[in-house]
Amino acid sequence: MAETPAEQVKRRQRKVLEVRNLRVHYETPTGDVIAVAGIDFDLYDGETLGLVGESGSGKSTAAYGILKLVQPPGRIVDGDVTLDGDELVHMSDSNFRQIRWTKLALIPQGAMNSLNPTMRVHRQITDAIEAHEGKQDKETLRERVLELFRMVGLPQRVYNMFPHELSGGMKQRVCIAMGIALHPTVVIADESTSALDVVVQRVVAQTMLRVKQALGVSMIMIGHDMGLMAQMVDRIAVMYAGKLVEVAPVETIFDEPMHPYSQVLIESIPSLKERKPLKITEGITHDPRNPPPGCIFQLRCPYVMERCRSDAPPLRELLARHEVACHLYNDDGSLIEDATMEAAS
Amino acid sequence: MGGLTLNYIIRRVVIFLLTIWVSITIIFLVARLAPGDPISAMVAQASASMGVVENQDAIIEGWKEYFGLNDPIPVQYVKFLGNLLTFNFGPSLIAFPAQVNELIARALPWSIGLGLVTLPLIFFIGNLFGALLAWRRTPGPLKAFIPMTMIFTSLPSVLAGLVFIFVFAFRMKLFPISGPFGRGMQPSFTIEFISSLIHHGILPVASLVIVSFGFWTLGMRGMMVTTEGEDYMTLADAKGLPPFYVLYRYQVRNAILPQVTALAIALRTLVAGQILVEAIFSYRGIGTLIYTSIRNQDYNTIQGTSFVVILFTAVSVLVIDLIYPLIDPRISLEGN
Ligand SMILES: Nc1ncnc2c1ncn2[C@@H]1O[C@H](COP(=O)(O)OP(=O)(O)OP(=O)(O)O)[C@@H](O)[C@H]1O
Ligand SMILES: [Mg+2]
Repeated sequence: MAETPAEQVKRRQRKVLEVRNLRVHYETPTGDVIAVAGIDFDLYDGETLGLVGESGSGKSTAAYGILKLVQPPGRIVDGDVTLDGDELVHMSDSNFRQIRWTKLALIPQGAMNSLNPTMRVHRQITDAIEAHEGKQDKETLRERVLELFRMVGLPQRVYNMFPHELSGGMKQRVCIAMGIALHPTVVIADESTSALDVVVQRVVAQTMLRVKQALGVSMIMIGHDMGLMAQMVDRIAVMYAGKLVEVAPVETIFDEPMHPYSQVLIESIPSLKERKPLKITEGITHDPRNPPPGCIFQLRCPYVMERCRSDAPPLRELLARHEVACHLYNDDGSLIEDATMEAAS
Repeated sequence: MGGLTLNYIIRRVVIFLLTIWVSITIIFLVARLAPGDPISAMVAQASASMGVVENQDAIIEGWKEYFGLNDPIPVQYVKFLGNLLTFNFGPSLIAFPAQVNELIARALPWSIGLGLVTLPLIFFIGNLFGALLAWRRTPGPLKAFIPMTMIFTSLPSVLAGLVFIFVFAFRMKLFPISGPFGRGMQPSFTIEFISSLIHHGILPVASLVIVSFGFWTLGMRGMMVTTEGEDYMTLADAKGLPPFYVLYRYQVRNAILPQVTALAIALRTLVAGQILVEAIFSYRGIGTLIYTSIRNQDYNTIQGTSFVVILFTAVSVLVIDLIYPLIDPRISLEGN
């Protein structure tokens, strides 16, 4: 059961999920909304990756792209997603259905309507089990569901209840229990603009993390609560307007955010020790149907340069395991001449 | 629970009683205001068919006495009210000396039977087609075909009935033109009788179904589209459940809830909605009874049947109004 540190390190180096140039558009009468504009990242075995960014930056769309759950008018325009060696985007629906839930599960955090109101809770967990493992006798299934309940801290009486009889936090736990029912390789937890209060939200997130560690699954955790992320995840990927602007281990990015947008995000975390004004430059986001040429953050960037208006900066690994998409840095991670001059003046 | 307060119940019951009272009054007034009186009309008819009727005037007077037509209007009104409320509609003029309530008792099962066959059919076909129209995986040709079956929707059912009689009974001779079962047969539980019953029932049922299932189809399609966007549908797909299972256990199961509510509302037209169709097919129900009694100016029967139809409708409305607050799925689904 227990892994030696060496084994753990080794496992952590294996990629379970590789996302390459994923693009998802929503078709609208006035042109395509480019919700995910070509993103690349890897998820390592046993790792928790936090995907952060403001509302509308495309986090959920990216997740649904990976899960192939993008609903019309949305569609995956381009990209490859490889899970444990299988390419998913071009896989047939019936083959992909075998992979769903057994290898790739979704925990729709905070979404209050994720449970079917006309089905008892236990049935919504066992139908997934039976869809993938075939019919099983009632007692076995019951035992399995109750074991899942114990793991996520749900009382037994929830078993026969309908969703409307549960509190928000209980529904969340049901979703977690459902998500881990088949021990998937990768779990994606999407915290959409949450309807839960902050305390419940954190308790639920901790439950999720505990369960995740107990099972050793890899996880993508989506959210905008940077404080919560800091405690939960191993690495953070910052998303802005459909692009990843920075991917780095959590300590690194909190100590030393490199992309100007990450800097704004991290500076805006409220703190008791030092009161600081909210530093959010709001409202000047571009039209997602018609992104400007060059860097997507140019309209809000305090350090914007001539070059940013024409060339889009690619995501480059500047320091070890620290990727940034910004023209401010040289390939070795140092600030470029112009910027230092500008900062000095 | 729900919105079922005492105040609400009282309001509904008062409305129910008012409906009944107003309808009885209207029936009473219409009968008195109509030109010519029923007795003279009947005697005139009798003399036309039988030749001379002796002591015509005496007979008319006797009948008028019998029906209380010589009383002052208010007295007549009170008596009339009492009679209708006790289902005492007097003798039928066309089937004298049979009582009107006997005729109604004989006709009502036919109407209710017809309704109990058509309504579930309408509900089933309508919702099935609606669900298939909205489902992402329905084969294209089927999706194109379903709207074509809906061309009769919102046409009067009599018109559909006449078209069916002309095409399938008169021209193609596939079905009998009229009657509830074969001529000369006696109602019994034999294969022959039951198959004759079904054979005769197909066209009336079809003309009632074809004009109204389309409403259910449209309603169901709308609800399916709404349900499609729900988060639990996304999660059902994410779980990798078989598509057909997701269709009926997740999507249809939820989309149909408002349709069930609407079914309760549709019950109110069960008897009234099929009067004309019964008449053109000479079905033995209330509709045909109303039609023949009107043609023969049989006032007692007209009054009796109208009252029964109104009563049936008003009771349905009352029952629905009373259970409506309880139909909310979040409450009724608890199963106890
Ligand atoms: N059905 C749709 N039609 C058109 N545009 C859409 C649709 N769904 C999402 N979008 C757009 O796609 C972009 C990304 O949306 P998405 O829901 O992925 O953001 P998010 O980062 O998950 O936001 P949040 O933090 O609020 O959950 C937004 O600009 C949004 O307006
Ligand atoms: Mg979201």
